[in-house]
Amino acid sequence: MIFYAVTALLLIVSFMADRKKTLKALKISWKKFSNIAPMFLVMLVLVSITLYLLPHELIREYLGEEDLMKGMGIAMLLGSIALMPGFIAFPLCGILREQGVPFMVISSFTTTLMMVGLISLPVEKAYFGMRTALIRNALGLLIALLVSIVTGLVFAEVVI
Amino acid sequence: MKAKFPTLLMAVYALFILCSLLFGYQPGKEIGENFISFVLSMLKILPGAFILIGLFEVWISREKVQKHLGEHSSFLSFLWVMLLAGTTVGGLYVAFPVAWTLYEKGARVHVVLAYVGFAAVCRIPMIVFEASFMGIKFTVVRLLVSVPLVLISSLLLGRYLTGKKWEMVSPGSS
Repeated sequence: MIFYAVTALLLIVSFMADRKKTLKALKISWKKFSNIAPMFLVMLVLVSITLYLLPHELIREYLGEEDLMKGMGIAMLLGSIALMPGFIAFPLCGILREQGVPFMVISSFTTTLMMVGLISLPVEKAYFGMRTALIRNALGLLIALLVSIVTGLVFAEVVI
Repeated sequence: MKAKFPTLLMAVYALFILCSLLFGYQPGKEIGENFISFVLSMLKILPGAFILIGLFEVWISREKVQKHLGEHSSFLSFLWVMLLAGTTVGGLYVAFPVAWTLYEKGARVHVVLAYVGFAAVCRIPMIVFEASFMGIKFTVVRLLVSVPLVLISSLLLGRYLTGKKWEMVSPGSS
């Protein structure tokens, strides 16, 4: 619960520094939360159904630790295609983690989700031109790969 | 991304779970238990995450950061562009128009590219969510690897594009 200790500390410091600003911050927090809550509920409903229908073995087989390369490949493909805001993606990843999906595979998904956008490529092309957009996305893919490898090493999921 | 709330679907789901509980239908009960456990674990984390995001929005204003973007030193401009990226809301869709504005105001190509890269990996609200759900270690590792790599790749790509006399396109003209 270090997380709440830090949050509480910051909140207290902020409150002592400027009462008005802090109240405004809390109002913003509440507004953002209530804007997102319905979408959250929908996600949790869908995930609760999907996880029931998908047997654990299937998740373990495709995203699990038995074949990390396969898991990372699938995760990167999904991450490059999907358009998903972080406030949906990370809770989902938390659930996947509890299902035994390795950190490495999760980081392949989240980093490509952030850095590679196949769906947003037409938009990017309009600003950067196709060539530059493609180079940029390829670099993103490479960075995602390196991030997951280091993540795997740090969490001792792979050993050199 | 504004999606319409599927009221009907939610009502059917609630009814299904309720009936499953009443009549002891096992699959429905399991789905319901899944749902409750997810909601509980979200409720443990979400309030803190949203409070942090609210505090950040109030204390770090985008305008303040933008004022510093004219810095001449490359190192400082990277630092400020990273902070600016941290305040970006939304994903790459928002980052491109902002990148165009930076370019138009005279930011160099590598700074523009660094902005787009940082906007992908350093958005503060996203980091708060990531650390809350995946743990601080996961987030620190990701940042320690991705930030330097974004920096290096923007420098290299920026140099390459500048050599090619590349120009960013005004989105309106295409």
